[in-house]
Amino acid sequence: MNFDDTPQEAAFRAEARAWIAANAPKQYEEELRKASLGRVQLKNANILEVAKAWQKKKADAGWACLHWPKEYGGRGASPIERVIWQQEEGPFGRLSAMFIIGHGMCGPTMMAFAAEEQKRKYLPPLASGEKVWCQLFSEPAGGSDVAGLRTRAERSGDEWTVNGQKIWTSGAHYSDYGILLTRTDPTVPKHKGLTMFFLDMKSPGVEVRPIKQASGASDFNEVYFTDVRIPDSQRLGNVNDGWNVSLTTLMNERMSIGAGVATGFPELFEFCNGLMLEDGPAIENRAVRSRLANWAVKASGLKYTSMRAISALSRGERPGPENSIGKLVAGSMIQDVATYALDLQGASGTLNGPEDAEVAGKFQAMLLRAPGTRVEGGTDEIMRNIIAERVLGLPGDIRVDKDVPFNQIPTKGRA
Amino acid sequence: MNFDFSDEQKQMRDEARKFLAEKCSAKAVRAVLDGKATYDKDLWKGLGEMGFLGVAIPEKFGGAGAGHLELCAIAEEMGRALAPVPFSSTVYLAAEAIMIAGSDAQKQKWLPKIASGEAIGTLALFEGKGNPSPKAIKLTANGGTLNGVKKPVPDGAIADFAVVAARTGSSGRESDVSLFIIDLKAGGVEVKALTSIDPTRGQAEITFKDAKAEPLGAAGEGWGVIAQVLDRAAVLVAFEQVGGADRALEMGRDYALDRIAFGRPIGSFQAVKHMLADMYVSATLARSNSYYGAWALSTNAGELPEAAAAARISATQAFQHCAKNNIQVHGGMGFTWEFDCHMYYRRANALALGLGSLSYWEDALIDRMRKKNAA
Repeated sequence: MNFDDTPQEAAFRAEARAWIAANAPKQYEEELRKASLGRVQLKNANILEVAKAWQKKKADAGWACLHWPKEYGGRGASPIERVIWQQEEGPFGRLSAMFIIGHGMCGPTMMAFAAEEQKRKYLPPLASGEKVWCQLFSEPAGGSDVAGLRTRAERSGDEWTVNGQKIWTSGAHYSDYGILLTRTDPTVPKHKGLTMFFLDMKSPGVEVRPIKQASGASDFNEVYFTDVRIPDSQRLGNVNDGWNVSLTTLMNERMSIGAGVATGFPELFEFCNGLMLEDGPAIENRAVRSRLANWAVKASGLKYTSMRAISALSRGERPGPENSIGKLVAGSMIQDVATYALDLQGASGTLNGPEDAEVAGKFQAMLLRAPGTRVEGGTDEIMRNIIAERVLGLPGDIRVDKDVPFNQIPTKGRA
Repeated sequence: MNFDFSDEQKQMRDEARKFLAEKCSAKAVRAVLDGKATYDKDLWKGLGEMGFLGVAIPEKFGGAGAGHLELCAIAEEMGRALAPVPFSSTVYLAAEAIMIAGSDAQKQKWLPKIASGEAIGTLALFEGKGNPSPKAIKLTANGGTLNGVKKPVPDGAIADFAVVAARTGSSGRESDVSLFIIDLKAGGVEVKALTSIDPTRGQAEITFKDAKAEPLGAAGEGWGVIAQVLDRAAVLVAFEQVGGADRALEMGRDYALDRIAFGRPIGSFQAVKHMLADMYVSATLARSNSYYGAWALSTNAGELPEAAAAARISATQAFQHCAKNNIQVHGGMGFTWEFDCHMYYRRANALALGLGSLSYWEDALIDRMRKKNAA
């Protein structure tokens, strides 16, 4: 049992580290390191420009989308090399946020289902960040139950016409392309009438509207489609086989094991180390220590769970199912941690002006953003279903709409 | 990176699992639970023959000379099987104390007997309510003569010898504490078995009246040794807890798959699925924390105190959580004496206390993290 790189891994790490040291935009390192949950902002620069420049630089030197084949803009690297890169990239990895969907979900879907010439045309600029992609799956009527989506695509000759609405689309406002899941046959059960496409987000009839979140920020969008035309050559997979195509996309959700998940614990521990309560330092208070210890072991448990997964990759094996707990544990933990950090401040914990609030309002921002982390990319409840079904082998839910034609599924709860 | 057990270590774990499946059935555990025996003597003998008792004891002292990672692997299986034997008291506490502080002669005298199963040992630390603390030690030692009462002493009623923490000074500092080793069959020792929430593991009160003992390690250095022993034992017990938690989770999962209510397996209801998913989460966190503890223990890393506390807390929580919700998944049947669920519930809660309570280890973890931060 050890944490050591193999000689090959060590050589790769040294190469990556040297290149990053020589090329990363270090002027933003501190700011990126301290950035809180959610979308990162930079004080004196446009984050999108900084991110695109860093991505292009990486791509030119062969450090973008490491696990992709070289002909599509990647490096053909092994999974463990990808993890090592993420570890070495450290805070600069936060600049990749705007590319995560494109690189983690759209790219692999294109690789699996697009024609060869399309792959050669679209994938390299996706890898280099010159073109940004988004994923258009969720709808007002299809969140956890994404197959309940209603955006229609109707065929006429070699073209499809799309009408409907998507929601919770990250980065739609700065995306050049998107992959789009539509309903092409409403007369068959819901999973059997879906078809996947990719499209130019500048197509006539596409309208992007930012969503103002409960936190006040806008990380996501609604996207409206009004008679949007898509050539049949941009269909991914067979007609009405879109559900299977989307499973490929979802299975490729970014492996974040190298970068680690945010729990809020290091911030809370540091905060408590410096905080004075009425009766002395917070860190010497038994109640505070008990709470901290409970979160400490969750944070370390997640960290060493990742180490176990990385070890499997290092041996050339697929990681076990352990890593599926990360988002579930971290999501509610960051919310609890933020709530507690405010609780320690008494009434003044409500203040979030940078000059009034502790740690420049970081915990207040964390608190307000946290509900989203428990919903996005699979709600806590969906994550528990996944663990129960795929890891523990428990039965799937009884699906009352499984064999019902989509257009006969009830659309309202209470009449 | 290979943050995992080696193939050989996994093989040893599989061997232990197979051996225990055969020799340590629920029926065997129940024989002790029901008071038909104080511990499973055949199993104990078999563990000695398999080399499991001395797996971390050096070869020159009669052990297998493997190491602590191997011992962790076996501990997991002991926990999974609820083995009703004095394994933790003899192997994690007594043997470790002797290996850390014993003279060559003491090692030569006791370690081979531990490895073979001839001698059962324990650590007599607690004196009534409270957590490990040098201040709590009132039992006195004057010129190797012990006077005082220890309680609870794990497996004290069946132990052949004990390592005893005694007060040898009155400065109010840790240096007041020294360790002694004593043959419990000697004069001046009175042993009384106590009942506990987990009858498959014995507890005792031991009264020392002018009992002659031999110093273990240097005078005044006893507390340092105790602290090391507790950290090592915390990791090893964590593996027992991880094994127990996994088994309780499996029992709950299996029952949820087989039990039909409202016309469907209860494991198809989200209320039950989510409960089991949460059990998996805590068991996984505990396993990963325990692996870190195992790494620190096996390499004698400076991180051991912190890693041990994290493993202890995480594994204690996981076993308690899985054991209690295993009963909940089983419903009424889970609350019968006939079903095995309560045996895991009992063991989980006994292990949660044996080395000091959760709050004690929480406090210790934060202390140790602060020390690391300051360094």
